[in-house]
Amino acid sequence: MQLRMKQSNRILSTYTADVSGVCSALYEMGGMTVMHDASGCNSTYNTHDEPRWYNMPSMVYISGLTETEAILGDDEKLARDLVDGINGLHPRFCAVAGTPIPTMMGIDLSGIARLVERRTGTPCFGFKTTGMQSYVVGASMALEAVARRFCPETPKKVRSGKPSVNLLGVTPLDFSVTGTVEALRSLLTENGYPVCSCWAMGSSWEELMQAGNADVNLVVSSAGLTLAKFFREKYGTPYVVGIPMGEALTGEYLAEIDNAAETGENRYPVKGGKIPTNGKAALIIGEAVWAASMRRAYELSTGKPAKILCPLELDGETLAPEDLRITGEREIGAEMAKSDLVIADPIYEYVLPKGISFVRFPHEGYSGRIWRKEIPVFVGKDWDTWWETTNF
Amino acid sequence: MIDLHQISEEDVSIPVSQASFPAPFRSGLEYAAPARGSWNIVHIGMLIPESHQIFVCAQSCLRGVVLTAAEMGASDRFSTIAIQDNNLLDGDMEQLILDGVDEIFSGMEKLPRALLLYTSCIHHFIGCDLEYVFKKLRQKYPQVDFTDCYMTPILRKSWMPPIAKMYMQLYSLLKPAQTDRRVAILGNNEVLAPSGEMVTFLKNAGYAVEEIAACKTYDEYQRHASACLVITTNPAAVPGGKELEKRLGIPHLHLPLCYDFAEMEQNFQKLCEALALPVPDLSEQKAAAEEALRRTADALNGMPVSIDYTATPRPLELAKLLTEYGFRVVSVYADSFSEPERAAFVWLREHCPELMLHPTVHAKMGMLSRNEADKTDGKLLAIGQKAAYFTGTGYFVNILDGGGFYGFDGIRLLAEEMENASKTEKDVPSLIQVKGWGCNCG
Repeated sequence: MQLRMKQSNRILSTYTADVSGVCSALYEMGGMTVMHDASGCNSTYNTHDEPRWYNMPSMVYISGLTETEAILGDDEKLARDLVDGINGLHPRFCAVAGTPIPTMMGIDLSGIARLVERRTGTPCFGFKTTGMQSYVVGASMALEAVARRFCPETPKKVRSGKPSVNLLGVTPLDFSVTGTVEALRSLLTENGYPVCSCWAMGSSWEELMQAGNADVNLVVSSAGLTLAKFFREKYGTPYVVGIPMGEALTGEYLAEIDNAAETGENRYPVKGGKIPTNGKAALIIGEAVWAASMRRAYELSTGKPAKILCPLELDGETLAPEDLRITGEREIGAEMAKSDLVIADPIYEYVLPKGISFVRFPHEGYSGRIWRKEIPVFVGKDWDTWWETTNF
Repeated sequence: MIDLHQISEEDVSIPVSQASFPAPFRSGLEYAAPARGSWNIVHIGMLIPESHQIFVCAQSCLRGVVLTAAEMGASDRFSTIAIQDNNLLDGDMEQLILDGVDEIFSGMEKLPRALLLYTSCIHHFIGCDLEYVFKKLRQKYPQVDFTDCYMTPILRKSWMPPIAKMYMQLYSLLKPAQTDRRVAILGNNEVLAPSGEMVTFLKNAGYAVEEIAACKTYDEYQRHASACLVITTNPAAVPGGKELEKRLGIPHLHLPLCYDFAEMEQNFQKLCEALALPVPDLSEQKAAAEEALRRTADALNGMPVSIDYTATPRPLELAKLLTEYGFRVVSVYADSFSEPERAAFVWLREHCPELMLHPTVHAKMGMLSRNEADKTDGKLLAIGQKAAYFTGTGYFVNILDGGGFYGFDGIRLLAEEMENASKTEKDVPSLIQVKGWGCNCG
């Protein structure tokens, strides 16, 4: 099911773009990430998309593309600046990501990356981001590219005890910096599941490079799915898609990790569930894996069905055919009107029809930092605690 | 994690004695400090009361502006039309804009008095026929005043950067009007301090003074058009002043914000000549400014001072003035300087050769320690958000673009602000990360 795009919005916001998704995914890896852009993408990224910017240094820059360089196709300026940056900063790798004007110019960023790599000896990537897709696309391609380039072959270990796991698709755009990532790690380790690595928050490079040792990969956002598929191809590691929201879902989720480890099959504990066929039901708007997990947790908590509206390109293999893949505030407002409850970022409340209940769940990848303090810890029992506060 | 030890501080900062003018630093990859107080084109456009903005851009460009509006609580005055890659190939950009405006307007209970339609770098390159677009829009919605605005960062280093163009378009909606005894001061995001000698002089001479930051309604905004003289103090607003002079025939006078007493007096002389008024005696105001400077220098008692370019368009001239009055100015954060700063640069090279010039966008600036204030136990006074951020001090004067401090009285007020700021530490992260300081954000 393809995403159907509407292009005009009277009041709704827009999701973080693909180029920021690349930066966010690579932020803690010790690389140098350059947005090939005139200006604006950098301040947008570090103001609205990157909560780590003030306190955690990272080599994220813009190239400062000018009109003359764009018209004359002066790729050498970019290559020279990348070489200078690498020589001065000594990053582990260099990544350069496209934005709308380089897209229009048809610049070959992969070719420039190869050129710079030859000149410096530092591994380089060129990402075909356009600035016209969302962060899930950018983060997905960045995570997969790093793993494909750097993750070594690892000898298969014989498992003893609970399966070990990697967390895939973790960025502040979906998880913010309000404690959910730490809570997810704790939930897993307290239940006996060692966390080998987290792609990509809070793990050292060395931990990331040990990802092949994990028994199961946990895809906790749609940005982690391509990486999971790569690890499946390279290491044969099965994956589980979903976020363990609430105590009831956590039980199912952990059991599916065990199943995946035992059978080697991918598991989808948040897929399916009750899909409303007629009559009013809840509508959950957001990133696919988060929304599917929210639906399952909601269903387990209330016994009621819910439909998902995912305005992003990737479905995380979790959506049902009845779920909605649309953008555009008129269309979204019309779907809200068919619901009795909407769970979404507070910006969506601007187009909420009268008489429909609304549960606020701020999403960094949509409203940025505006309501960050309201973002709850949303795994395990903490989800139940949060849900109780909604009085539904 | 990242190994910071490999990064050398060499080739980043430079003493003024060894610096070249106007660009002391080599350009390359650019870092963006998380000091967000400077206004962008959304904040500036919002100064027109009862107006609405529509941005036509790609998703990556929309993200920053749509959240600018949301953070300032103005989402209801802001709409978007997202460009997709097929629009670049299909040649349907004009229709995309027309259909998008129709759809956005159809969702409004009441149409705005004015619409600021922002196009982007892409339109610039593909040759979008904006003339056709605006003609069609004006035909269809005669009750709305339309103007063309531009989010074109690709022109940031050109002769007409986006902020200057924005200040030009900010007054493009003014309609010809009967001239009266009125002076309009253009291009300031906040009103000049009412105690200032220029504002009080104009009012005492019977002139109404218009500033867009004080306008509450669209009709008040239109009163700018009946001015007999327009003044710009912000250099970025000069093209806007010239354009208004050409279009509406209102004489324009650029009386720049400066820190040189002789230039201030010349500015006043020009103003009086333009209005055919006798030049007043400003010795009292000048003495008050000098007294405030001396008093503050004594109070700071050798506390180092650092200045950045976001606080004032003339950081070097301010450094010179403060040095002359006994302050210990140790550093200036700016990536380049404007031509009017040349004299101050030459003076500082001679009298203050050890003054350090630091870039703000150099790639290493994001990775080096921000600890200049530690050298003096945290006691360093920063003027401007970026100086506060990079030095790591908690003592700072939180102003942008001069802070509305203009003339002799402005120097007195700035000195008072400096003294106050030197006494109390501020919560720097929470203040400087607010986007568009003073525009009701945060």
